[in-house]
Amino acid sequence: MPRFEGTATYVATQDLQVAVNAAIALERPLLVKGEPGTGKTILAHEVAAGLGKRLITWHIKSTTKAIQGLYEYDAVSRLRDGQLGDERVRDIANYIKPGKLWDAFEADEAPVLLIDEIDKADIEFPNDLLLELDRMEFFVYELRKTIVAKQRPIVIITSNNEKELPDAFLRRCFFHYIRFPERDTMERIVDVHFPGLKRELVHEALTIFYDIRQVPGLKKKPSTSELLDWIKLLLVEDVTPEVLRTRDPNKLIPPLHGALLKNEQDVHLFERLAFLHRRGER
Amino acid sequence: MFISFFLELRAAKVPASLREFLTLLEAMQKRVAAFDIDEFYYLARTTLVKDERFLDRFDRVFGRCFNGIETPEDPRKELPEEWLKSLAERFLTPEEKAQIQALGGWEALMETLRRRLAEQKGRHAGGGKWIGTAGTSPFGNSGYNPEGIRIGGKGGNRSAVKVWDRREYRNLDDTLELGTRNIKIALRRLRQFAREGAELELDLPQTIRSTAHNAGWLDLHLVPERHNAVKLLLFLDVGGSMEDHVRVCEELFSAARGEFKHLVHFYFHNCLYDSVWKDSRRRHVEQIPTLEILRTYDPAHKVVLVGDASMSPYEIDREGGSVERWNDESGETWMRRLLDFYPKAVWLNPVPEKYWGGTASIGMMRAIMEDRMFPLTLEGIDRAMRALTR
Repeated sequence: MPRFEGTATYVATQDLQVAVNAAIALERPLLVKGEPGTGKTILAHEVAAGLGKRLITWHIKSTTKAIQGLYEYDAVSRLRDGQLGDERVRDIANYIKPGKLWDAFEADEAPVLLIDEIDKADIEFPNDLLLELDRMEFFVYELRKTIVAKQRPIVIITSNNEKELPDAFLRRCFFHYIRFPERDTMERIVDVHFPGLKRELVHEALTIFYDIRQVPGLKKKPSTSELLDWIKLLLVEDVTPEVLRTRDPNKLIPPLHGALLKNEQDVHLFERLAFLHRRGER
Repeated sequence: MFISFFLELRAAKVPASLREFLTLLEAMQKRVAAFDIDEFYYLARTTLVKDERFLDRFDRVFGRCFNGIETPEDPRKELPEEWLKSLAERFLTPEEKAQIQALGGWEALMETLRRRLAEQKGRHAGGGKWIGTAGTSPFGNSGYNPEGIRIGGKGGNRSAVKVWDRREYRNLDDTLELGTRNIKIALRRLRQFAREGAELELDLPQTIRSTAHNAGWLDLHLVPERHNAVKLLLFLDVGGSMEDHVRVCEELFSAARGEFKHLVHFYFHNCLYDSVWKDSRRRHVEQIPTLEILRTYDPAHKVVLVGDASMSPYEIDREGGSVERWNDESGETWMRRLLDFYPKAVWLNPVPEKYWGGTASIGMMRAIMEDRMFPLTLEGIDRAMRALTR
C-alpha cells in the first residue's frame, strides 16, 4: 500500500497525511477545502509526485458540465464529414472524445485525478458525478459500452466553498479542511521552499507576516502562497533582516508589501493602523 | 465504544451517516490508523465530518468520548482563568497591560465581566454598562472602550482585546437552518425560462427542416439559449434591529445572486422611504431616490423585501417618523407607491411567525403587504415564491 508522507517541496501535516492515506486505502475521493492559497491544488500535484503517479487535472468552470468529464460526442464534425462523404463517418467511435474521467479510468497504472474547484460549476454538477465516482464506471450511450476503471484512480477534489455541496456527494468523500498553518509548520514550509535562508530573515519576515494577518478587517488575509512570493521578492531585492526589523516611522508598511496585501483598501487600512500605532508610541 | 461515539456525534447534530461510520470501520480494518489516538482522531474527522462548520462540534464530542475532557456547554458562562491570562501575556504589549489598570487590573476586569454575565439576562445593545453591542462598556462587541473584551460577533472599532475562540473551528460553526443550497432550491420555483439574447444553441427542428428544404445542403439555425428571465428587485433592511438577522439575509442574498440574470439589490432601514442605497459604507453619500427606481425598472420586475418590520409604528404611518432623517411622506405612502407599481411583491421576515402578533408594526406592514409577508424559513420562502408566480 503506497503511503503519502509529504514531499521534498511540500510539508504535509499529520492530519493531512491521514486523510490522504485514508482516501488512497479506501479508494474514495478526498475533498479538500481551506482558505485560498493554502495549497489545495498543489496537494494533488505533490501526491502524484510523492507516489510517482501520473496526474490528470480537470479544472472546473461555471460552464463545465459533468458529462464533459466522461466524454463528448462531436456531432457537428460528424455531420460535416457526412456531407463531404468522408469514410470515417461510418464509425461513430471516431467522434467520441474521451474526457478526463475516461482518461483516468483507462490508464494502465492508477493516476491521480484532480477535480479542481468543483464549487465553480452548476449546483447539480456533483450530483451528476455521484455514480461515476462511486462505482468508477459509466456507460457510453453512443457506443453501447460501459467504461470501467482498470484501477481506481486517486481522486482529489478541491472546493473554495462558493457553493454548498450536496449531502449525497459528501457522504462518499473523505473531507479535509486545510487550516492556516501554525508558526512552526510555516517555518518548515519556508525551509522547504528556501533552504539555507538566513534564520533571522525568516524570523523577521514571519513576524511581520503574522502581524499583518492579525490586523482585523483585512479583506484578504495573506496566505502561505503569498508569504512564499514575498520571501522570494525579499531575496531578489536583497533586503536584510535589519531593514525588516527597523520600526522606522517613515516606513510604515513593510517593504514590497504588494506581494502580501492585494487590494488598496487593505493597504489603506494597514497604513492607517500603522499611523495610529506610531502616534500611540510617541 | 465506537458505536456510542457515533451516536453521541449524531446527538450533537453532526450530520454523520451510517455509511460514513462503516467507512470509518473499514478504514480501521485496513489499518489506515492503528494504535495511535492522534491518527484515529484525524481519520475519524476526515471520515465523519464533511463541513468545516461541524469540526468544532466534532472536537467536543471526541474529547468527551475518548479523553474524558469536560466540554462546557457554553464557554461564556465560565471563564478559564489561566487561559485568559496566557492570552493576555501573548497578545498584550506592556502599554496595553498598563491600560488594563484603567479598570482595576486584569483580574478585576474578568471578575466584573463574570458578575455582569451572571446578572444580565437578555441581549443588549447600546448603553454603558451591560454586555452587548455598540456600547461604551468594556464588555461586548462593536464598542468604544479601549480595553474592551469582545464576546462573540465581529468587532466594530477593532479595540477589543481578543475574541474568545478557544476552540479553533468555532467561528466556522453555523447553526442556521437555512443553507445557501436550500434557499437556492426554493428560489428555483421562481425560474421562468425564456429565450432572449445572443444566438447560442442549435435549433434542431428548424435546421432539419431548412436542410431538407435546401435539398440536403446543411443549413444551420441557432436560437438563443434559454435562461432565467425573472427580473428581481431585492430590498434588504440593514442596521438597527436587523443586526441579528444580517447573516441570514446575506445568505439569502448570496443565493439569490447566483440564481437570477436580472437582480438588483437595494438597502433600506426599517421602512422604505424616498430613497435607498446600494453600498452600506457610502449610504449617506450615494442615496438613490425611490422614484428613480420606479422610473428605471419596469413593472414586470418582482419585488422581494427582506426585513423584520420591527420598529415604532410612527416610522410607518407618520410623516417625519423615520429614525434616520426627516421624511415628508410617511413610510406607508412610499410602500403603497412601490406596491402599486410592482404588483408582484412579497415581504420576507426573519422573525419567527409565532411572534408576529407581538409587534404592532409587523401587523401594520402585513396589512400594507396585503398579507404577503412570509417567515424567512425554507417553507416560508417556498410560499413566498408561490405568491410571486401566482
